[in-house]
Amino acid sequence: MPRSPTHPEAVLASPDELRDRLRQLGKTVPAKGDPRVAQVRAIVAELGAQPGALLPVLHAVQDAFGCVPPALVGTIADGLNLSRAEVHGVITYYHFFRSEPAGRHVLEVCRAESCQAMGSEGLWDHACASLGLPAAGGTSADGALTLQAVYCLGLCAQSPAGALDERPHARLDERRLDALLARTQKEAA
Amino acid sequence: MSAVRVFVPRDSAALAVGADEVAESIASMAKARGLDVQLVRNGSRGMLWLEPLVEVETSLGRVAYGPVAPEEVPSLLDAGFLQGGDHPRLVGLTDRLPWLKSQERLTFARVGITDPLSLADYEAHGGLAGWRQAVALAPAAIVQQVLDSGLRGRGGAAFPAGIKWKTVLGAEAPQKYIVCNADEGDSGTYSDRMVMEGDPFMLIEGMAIAGLATGATRGYIYIRSEYPQAIATMNEAVRHARTAGLLGERFDLEIRKAAGAYVCGEETAMLESLEGKRGLVRAKPPLPALQGLFGMPTVINNVITFASVPLILAQGPVHYRDYGMGRSRGTLPIQLAGNVKRGGLVEKAFGVTLRQLMFDYGGGTASGRPLKAVQVGGPLGAYVPESQWDVPLDYEAYAALGAVVGHGGIVMHDDTADMARLARYAMEFCALESCGKCTPCRIGSTRGVEVMDRIAGADAQARPQQVTLLRDLCDTMLHGSLCAMGGMTPYPVLSALNHYPEDFGLATPGREAA
Repeated sequence: MPRSPTHPEAVLASPDELRDRLRQLGKTVPAKGDPRVAQVRAIVAELGAQPGALLPVLHAVQDAFGCVPPALVGTIADGLNLSRAEVHGVITYYHFFRSEPAGRHVLEVCRAESCQAMGSEGLWDHACASLGLPAAGGTSADGALTLQAVYCLGLCAQSPAGALDERPHARLDERRLDALLARTQKEAA
Repeated sequence: MSAVRVFVPRDSAALAVGADEVAESIASMAKARGLDVQLVRNGSRGMLWLEPLVEVETSLGRVAYGPVAPEEVPSLLDAGFLQGGDHPRLVGLTDRLPWLKSQERLTFARVGITDPLSLADYEAHGGLAGWRQAVALAPAAIVQQVLDSGLRGRGGAAFPAGIKWKTVLGAEAPQKYIVCNADEGDSGTYSDRMVMEGDPFMLIEGMAIAGLATGATRGYIYIRSEYPQAIATMNEAVRHARTAGLLGERFDLEIRKAAGAYVCGEETAMLESLEGKRGLVRAKPPLPALQGLFGMPTVINNVITFASVPLILAQGPVHYRDYGMGRSRGTLPIQLAGNVKRGGLVEKAFGVTLRQLMFDYGGGTASGRPLKAVQVGGPLGAYVPESQWDVPLDYEAYAALGAVVGHGGIVMHDDTADMARLARYAMEFCALESCGKCTPCRIGSTRGVEVMDRIAGADAQARPQQVTLLRDLCDTMLHGSLCAMGGMTPYPVLSALNHYPEDFGLATPGREAA
């Protein structure tokens, strides 16, 4: 085995520096003076004392900012005395939490069995096509609307069902779906 | 003249088809015509094909009209609907409708009748009677009543509720908890939602009784994020209950919003989630009844289970036990869903058959096409073929068929359904929602989707081999998974394969039956 060449000491980072650099790898931190930091601290101060506080805190953060911004994960973790990894793990585990804001409107179309029995797959395809989105849904290019699948809204006797900005809509068909989409576009215009 | 009471439901199922617009229209038009109308936003009667179902209180009883569109309100007023006048949308006197009258509504006795957020209304219709009984009883006596009633967990596992309570009562701990599982994620089920939106005090009362019975002073209701209406209604009901003293020092509870993970309907995953962690399933033992939430003894029941308790205490366990058959006592709120003409909530004593439910109540398919398959008990329930539609609904009878009653959801499919596609979906859903803790579920479901794709694509010669592989995989998932997520995904897959082999490109009847 050939001996590895020895490098001059000066080029190498000290172990402390290396550790600091590793710690910052892949992390985003809030910009100095970001007002959201104070907001998150207030949320943590209000909700953080209860047992099992992380989900209520994340819900409150998402309610405030429309998502849980990755730059604020560290602030949440500090406030709750958790590691960043724990908070990150929880955010990414649950479908409900998002790391990037959704479009101005969110349209959910149910794709579970009951709605499938009433043609939700065709409705989903129609929604994707009307919005120019790929088969997995997503946010329209202008950021006006996010289309996402949902697995059951509890409106199964009136399938297919969906929700626009958390307001339920049932007995959907292409015509009613188009009307919902038109409503969001009218507001945007 | 006193105001005419008009009922327009506030249930999500009614809101989803325009109930708010109907209510606004009635209010504004009645005002414009100088008519004295008092609007009550009630829960839903459960006749969901008729929503929005508007009811008017008359001297003969409540008269129903539905489904009412907002633009039909002027013609309703012209027809004198405030006096029960005739109109194309007239359904009849609500209490006399055979669809409702033939049911055995114990748990849903008040839903759709009362104003969900009026405690006075709740009490006037028999509410709080069970709690008052319980306050006067020793904890062990309350537990005995629940045991005697034969009540089993309505969430799906059907474990006797009284035994759980007894275990928690017997456990020594500085703190005990009552947790209500309201993570009703199964497609085809909505009875929990209807209770939370239509009679929230009943759930609170049931949990408060559980607190008295076990010595637990704190409770949580874990509600899925897909149910914003239910969360709002429950939060408001909890506030009212605190003011009225039903909740307080002795027992208080809190609403927790879930975050869209299906597996958190599994009780130990739900506990993890309540503790603020990823919803990973825990290995059992220890039982949650001994080491549950935050490591403390915890009663975990589903919404309908807790909601059944006030009546058991109020009327005595025998009254409840007299309904049902075999070891399945009492009633089950059954939810008709999917491709159904008259979908809705049917509460019946155990022993009713699928055929009665799907045809007498459901009226067959919405599409008018022949009914092909029916999935009972949610995404993890088996597809039940026509030959078994006359089996009485009973936990043991269904287990003997290799099926489950589960949470009582019935999803109907007409003859356009592709069972191979639905079986693939079951695997895909498991892969999407697996918590990842155990290998059979995490990896098995992904392999399952791949095998299903090969069955769909393979030439006929290679197909039997892939089917053998699928059965083998299902066997591993069934016996090797930590919880019902992986352990029951094979139910829909294998039942579809066994009963509808032609959809998998196999000869009928399935010769490879394991």
